[in-house]
Amino acid sequence: MEFLVASAIGILTSGGLYLMLRLRTFPVIMGMSLLTYAVNVFLFASGNLTVGAPPILRDGVSTYTDPLPQALVLTAIVISFGMTAVVVMMGLGAFLGSDDDHVDDQPADLPENSEGKL
Amino acid sequence: MSHWIVGLIVLPAMLAPFIVLVARYHIGIQRVFSVAGVVALIAMAAALSWQVSDGTIVLYRLGDWAAPFGIVLVGDRLSIMMVLLTVVLALFVLLYAIGSGWDNRGRHFHALFQFQIMGILGAFLTGDLFNLFVFFEVLLIASYGLMIHAGGNARLRAGVQYVLFNLIGSTLFLFALGSIYAQTGTLNMADLANRVALIGLEDTVGIRVAAVLLLLVFAIKAAIVPLHFWLPSSYAEAPAPVAALFAIMTKVGAYAIIRVYTMIFPRDLAVTSGLHDLWLLPAALISLAIGMFGVLAAKRLDRLVAFSVIGSMGMVMISISLFTPAGIAAALYYIVHSTLAGAVLFLIADLVRTGRGNLELTAQPPVAGTALTAALFFAGAIAMVGLPPLSGFLGKLLLLNAAYDSDLVVWIWAIVLISSLISIVGFSRAGSILFWKAHSVTAPDEAPALAPPAALSYVAVGGLLSLLVAHTVFAGQVHGYTTTMAAQLFAPEPYIATVLDTPGKLSIPKETE
Repeated sequence: MEFLVASAIGILTSGGLYLMLRLRTFPVIMGMSLLTYAVNVFLFASGNLTVGAPPILRDGVSTYTDPLPQALVLTAIVISFGMTAVVVMMGLGAFLGSDDDHVDDQPADLPENSEGKL
Repeated sequence: MSHWIVGLIVLPAMLAPFIVLVARYHIGIQRVFSVAGVVALIAMAAALSWQVSDGTIVLYRLGDWAAPFGIVLVGDRLSIMMVLLTVVLALFVLLYAIGSGWDNRGRHFHALFQFQIMGILGAFLTGDLFNLFVFFEVLLIASYGLMIHAGGNARLRAGVQYVLFNLIGSTLFLFALGSIYAQTGTLNMADLANRVALIGLEDTVGIRVAAVLLLLVFAIKAAIVPLHFWLPSSYAEAPAPVAALFAIMTKVGAYAIIRVYTMIFPRDLAVTSGLHDLWLLPAALISLAIGMFGVLAAKRLDRLVAFSVIGSMGMVMISISLFTPAGIAAALYYIVHSTLAGAVLFLIADLVRTGRGNLELTAQPPVAGTALTAALFFAGAIAMVGLPPLSGFLGKLLLLNAAYDSDLVVWIWAIVLISSLISIVGFSRAGSILFWKAHSVTAPDEAPALAPPAALSYVAVGGLLSLLVAHTVFAGQVHGYTTTMAAQLFAPEPYIATVLDTPGKLSIPKETE
């Protein structure tokens, strides 16, 4: 269980980082999404992994799972979802305006879009 | 429990939807409500400043839940001073936006502006790390909207970079919070201060990672080299009033560093030893140097101002990373100065753009309204580079004095003084190209003369400059106050006791059952 969760976080993070270094809008946003998934799982795991235990007080139960990370994850999911929507819209606007989806600043004297790159 | 402190967050939070829902087609109503809201915020912040000036710590428990379980807002000298600085800056920025018509060049300026203020004030007031993350996001979301206000392709491209950089910062913040929670089981700052001190030296991996990640996040916010790359483009491309308001956003990072690294991870804590001297101080020195070199190298006035903001953040961070009471007191004095000076310069750059059409540092015919703009630029530049008689000079003097006992005193003195010289050269060059060489270029006849900026714009810029003058004239009182502030920061026990020991719901176990 711990091994699975830990390796899932690791793979998501490394994939996200790789994609973020691509410097084109689409891969970077995909990388961002992977990274936010990774951080969500990480937050979830930060309250210890417990299987089959309730997160709220009940009669006759002695083992509980920590409810706080679940609340944190919920907040993080909502925020990252909204942020991704914002960055998609802005990236789309920038791409449609300049016909170029590079995230970094391009040298000003570069020949503009010689062969319809996307 | 007085409710005034939460009003600082609730008022803009209610005003913004009101402006969107009721007044979206009426710029006049928007302007009236926006200005009235900010004036009310100034009144509240001033009243709270008076309340906390004797060392009282104002605590507000949201929903009356007691501290480690519920979220608390805490107002001490430092946070309320930052709040007051923010709302006063916001008033002048708002006046400028109205005077120059920036707020009418796109939709929803005033609503986003109120949300931005809400996020910044919340970040200053909160006593909970996760809540700090949420308020960071609130201020960032609003800043994304403000940053691309009035549209334009260059602005959108810079906006994408800005958003992506900050999203990475937010992700790092969440990783840091997750590791802190896993190590300590709490995210309340006062509770964390107690629990981190209990962690033994043999089991420090998690908390070390968390401390470094948190420092990285705040350093991104504060634009410390090498995490400053988002700043020049986004500040230069953002609408001028927005860039001026953003002058306080780098200080949010500085504030968070002061708060967390004096209370939770203080300098003498063995677990995180070396973080302050070994990493933060050199990074701050390099920030100052790179910022001022950027001033010299910039080809446009707005970029020049953006780099001078990086440089002045470097100055603030050098002073903070000494982590002595004298250093923090000097840093707080300089934070006020640097916020006002940065904002003033961004607004002046826009005055130049209004009268000239662009900000390229090449000789062009004289700008409209040149005499007054040039005089204001002269004053703003003197403040920013730190020449006497304005407060930049005093702030630098306080910093040099505070650094006298540091091991790196030679480096600090050398870099501060040399970079000041470089920035003087940079600003003089920009000023003489913009305002003096212009007189040797004759305007082509067909070029339409641009209208000079509106009077209200000059009032806003003049108001900010007069605040800088007041900051200089009353430097003794202000520095005395920042010294008591630093003393409060280095004796966090009353803060922790107030937060943790004030009873609320859940604080006393039920005796029935």
